[in-house]
Amino acid sequence: MLEVRGLRKVYGGHGRTVEAVRDLTFELKAGELACLVGPSGCGKTTLLKCIAGLLAPTSGEVSVHGQRVAGPPADMAVVFQEYGRSLYPWMTVGANVELPLKEKRLVRARRRQLVTDSLAAVGLHDVENAYPWQLSGGMQQRVAIARALAYEPQVLLMDEPFAAVDAQTRADLEDLVRSVWQRFGITLLFVTHDIDEAVYLGERVIVLSASPTVVQHQVTVDLPTERDQLATRSLARFAELRAEIYQQIHQAKAASTADRLAAEALA
Amino acid sequence: MSGPTSVSTGRASPVTLSQPAALQSGTAAHQRRRHLPLGLFGLIGLLLVLELVPRIGLVSPAYLSPTSEIVKTLAGEVGRPSFWIAVWDTVRSWAIGLIIAVIAGTVVGLILGSVGFLRRLTSSLIEFLRPIPSVSLVPLAVLLYGNDIRSKLLLIVYAAFWQVLIQVMYGAHDVDPVAADTARSFRLGRLALLRHVTWPTVLPYFMTGVRLAASVALILAVTGELVIGAPGLGKEIAIAQSSAAIPLVYAYVVTTGLLGVLVNLGARAVERRVLSWHPSVRGEVAA
Repeated sequence: MLEVRGLRKVYGGHGRTVEAVRDLTFELKAGELACLVGPSGCGKTTLLKCIAGLLAPTSGEVSVHGQRVAGPPADMAVVFQEYGRSLYPWMTVGANVELPLKEKRLVRARRRQLVTDSLAAVGLHDVENAYPWQLSGGMQQRVAIARALAYEPQVLLMDEPFAAVDAQTRADLEDLVRSVWQRFGITLLFVTHDIDEAVYLGERVIVLSASPTVVQHQVTVDLPTERDQLATRSLARFAELRAEIYQQIHQAKAASTADRLAAEALA
Repeated sequence: MSGPTSVSTGRASPVTLSQPAALQSGTAAHQRRRHLPLGLFGLIGLLLVLELVPRIGLVSPAYLSPTSEIVKTLAGEVGRPSFWIAVWDTVRSWAIGLIIAVIAGTVVGLILGSVGFLRRLTSSLIEFLRPIPSVSLVPLAVLLYGNDIRSKLLLIVYAAFWQVLIQVMYGAHDVDPVAADTARSFRLGRLALLRHVTWPTVLPYFMTGVRLAASVALILAVTGELVIGAPGLGKEIAIAQSSAAIPLVYAYVVTTGLLGVLVNLGARAVERRVLSWHPSVRGEVAA
């Protein structure tokens, strides 16, 4: 469904090149929910932008449904971390959700229905005529999710969407993502730096190495499908998975430090 | 004039989730009520001083007319059609010049602001042309158009154009990368991007540019009339001066000042309406 093969991204210019992503290969099956975790600064956002078709990879390729991604694909939506900048303050909540649908040239009645349904799906009622900045951070991110859902994508990318909200809101939003994923049957790639979040949300966790980035490890999350903030997080298996991923990330960091020291010793 | 921006845009939040909108407008209105008398006091003080200074002989009444006399002369002028014709001449050239400058400045600004290559190509040219005072183009204007309205328009457009251009250019360059990425990820076309993302981003800059341009255009309209002798309030000032009708000179000066105040108030009112969503107008709500 979503394939990333040999993806490499080098930022160049001004006499200095930075290899953000070295060699990434992984695959998501249709309807799967996978989480990408990695140490901070490991090129998660670069990877996500390449997948979303917002950034051209230096080499390698991304394909959706076997179609190579050369620009933003029609059946993909992205939820960004910075909801305050991703939602347009000059439009009401309803207009924000509706804008991509207008571009899709859907008829008015269908647009209205999608806006109402998707806002209801994320638990928002009676906010269509409010402006995003009149809502709390958590509600704004719900609007951003609603906008993505109304677009009726088959693939949904989320780039650390809950990094800027408080813990309680975050737990609610995590459950929202699970329920939306189950209800809409979409393929979901969720990028985060939070190991707990990755284990709680994902069916599979892809662990990235430090920059230059490769896939370090993959873990299948064999927890029950119905997750509960309290019960799931207190399972012994949850703790084991969490420890396993933590160890992998720790190793990734240590390896990159060793690499750097070795390189410096050689220089 | 520098009162606090009010939030009274009539766009009350339809939901009960944020009281701040109502709260903010309340405090703003309250502050305004407290500031207004103080501002008026300053104006009244100035008028009193201007009344007294010639009366007690500090400055000869031959140069400075007392306030009461200026008001009396102005009241007399207001009843004459020639006064309104002069006002109309000034306002008309101001409006035409401003419209031309705003349209040209916006179009050029949008293009230069969104195409990095063109911006770099023209930046030194703009920095060279922009500081040239419009008044120094008077000889050129007279040579081209005599004391026709077009002379005035040349000066007005040249001065006002840069105000709009610079603001719009900065605005178009200031589009938030996340907002742009969002638009691209939902496959918005070029035109939709311009209409729904770039233009709203530019709007606050545009409004500032138009407000500055409106004031500058008025200055240049009066200057053009005064120096070139094109019909309007400036020309009336020159005529009154040459016939030593000092109170009349001041009456016309006051008229141009009042026009300036009206222009500014109008621009601010439009700004508040159009930018009701913008942090500078809405009053920041904690996100």
